[in-house]
Amino acid sequence: MYVLVTYDIQTLTPAGKRRLRHAAKACLDFGQRVQYSVFELKVDPAQWAQCRDRLLRIIDPEVDSVRFYYLGTNWEQRVEHHGAKPGLDIEGPLIL
Amino acid sequence: MKTHLNTLYITTQGAYLGRQGEAVVVRCGKQTLGHLPLHNLAGIVCFGRVGCSPALLGACAEKGVAVSLLTERGRFLASVRGFTSGNVLLRRAQYKIADDPGVVLDVSRRIVMAKVANSRSVLLRTARDCDADDPRGAPLDSAAGRLGASIHELRQADAVNKVRGLEGEAATHYFGAFDALLSPVPDRDAFRFVRRSRRPPLDPINALISFLYTLLLHDARSACESVGLDPAVGFLHADRPGKPSLALDLIEEVRAFLADRLAFSLINRRQVAAGGFVVRDNGAVEMDDGTRKVVLAAYQQRKRDTITHPVLDEATTVGMLLHLQAALMARWIRGDIDAYPPFLWKG
Repeated sequence: MYVLVTYDIQTLTPAGKRRLRHAAKACLDFGQRVQYSVFELKVDPAQWAQCRDRLLRIIDPEVDSVRFYYLGTNWEQRVEHHGAKPGLDIEGPLIL
Repeated sequence: MKTHLNTLYITTQGAYLGRQGEAVVVRCGKQTLGHLPLHNLAGIVCFGRVGCSPALLGACAEKGVAVSLLTERGRFLASVRGFTSGNVLLRRAQYKIADDPGVVLDVSRRIVMAKVANSRSVLLRTARDCDADDPRGAPLDSAAGRLGASIHELRQADAVNKVRGLEGEAATHYFGAFDALLSPVPDRDAFRFVRRSRRPPLDPINALISFLYTLLLHDARSACESVGLDPAVGFLHADRPGKPSLALDLIEEVRAFLADRLAFSLINRRQVAAGGFVVRDNGAVEMDDGTRKVVLAAYQQRKRDTITHPVLDEATTVGMLLHLQAALMARWIRGDIDAYPPFLWKG
């Protein structure tokens, strides 16, 4: 399944900057970065449970937020991209 | 059910693959070409001068991502795979039945019959699209007829060498009509098929199909490994050090259906052109970088097409086919089913 993860993490303190880095790392382990704090993840339910748990442990619910959008299997029709840095299609031909 | 995972192909010379967390990062100089989580990949295929960090190779081995190293032109060099762990009982059973001449004869016959039948379907499929006055129709039909006769003879073959002989004979007939599979495209003369040549391929068509066979072999090896079979111990292909005999056995059934048809549709649809091939001093014909990328992309695209598996009667993707056949092979070796059911394409 496809999940879109976005977050907003307060970076006023060193601890906040640390949370930001950790959240980015967690997302990059499971998917690709499409914008600074927006990630597209192709995961199976088990992997998603892992990733979600990890993110929820990282953030501080008092000041940060994280949002998950479940795009389902028909995601191609729900995503449109304009401008720079088009994402890689993880299911398409991967030739670098 | 295992899903069809993607394969990452690296063709950029001088690229370096590193590990970052659970993902592979592809860099070239200071530029980052891509960042892909390993759990989305079934394999990584590196062409030519491509480096991999030890950390990445370790992570791939652990996660069951097969890494293959090929020359820039697509000849297989080496692969990095994790433990052939777990299934020692299955492998013991595999070695045991590979020593039984009766069993070897039976499974070789099935594989070759499927190979010939699928080659025949490929010829007939093109013949069906030809008009009545098309000169390509006659050679296709006659070769298909001969292949039909080969299938009949195979059924009576009583020795593995007989099977191998009939396979060679059938291949001669099939490749005899191979040229007629090509539509009358503008640069048809450049793509004329005379005979099969390899190591090195001497014309564009041979270069194209040899390259596709290499890609198939990478996938077949991974398929064997992932179900716990030893890719080096085959039935139709005799054991030889370094030869992936079982993987070669597995691809016999799908060569015509997957690789040959793809090669011809690339030419017929003018996705590859005669200008995309380079002749070396020794007569070897190679693809240029652009053509190679087109072929890789087409192969990846083809693997995403859906088909219904004739034996399992389940919708699946072409890319899963080799994995399913390997799983059926393992089931047969374990004794869960009486005979190995090869893949038959209903053209």
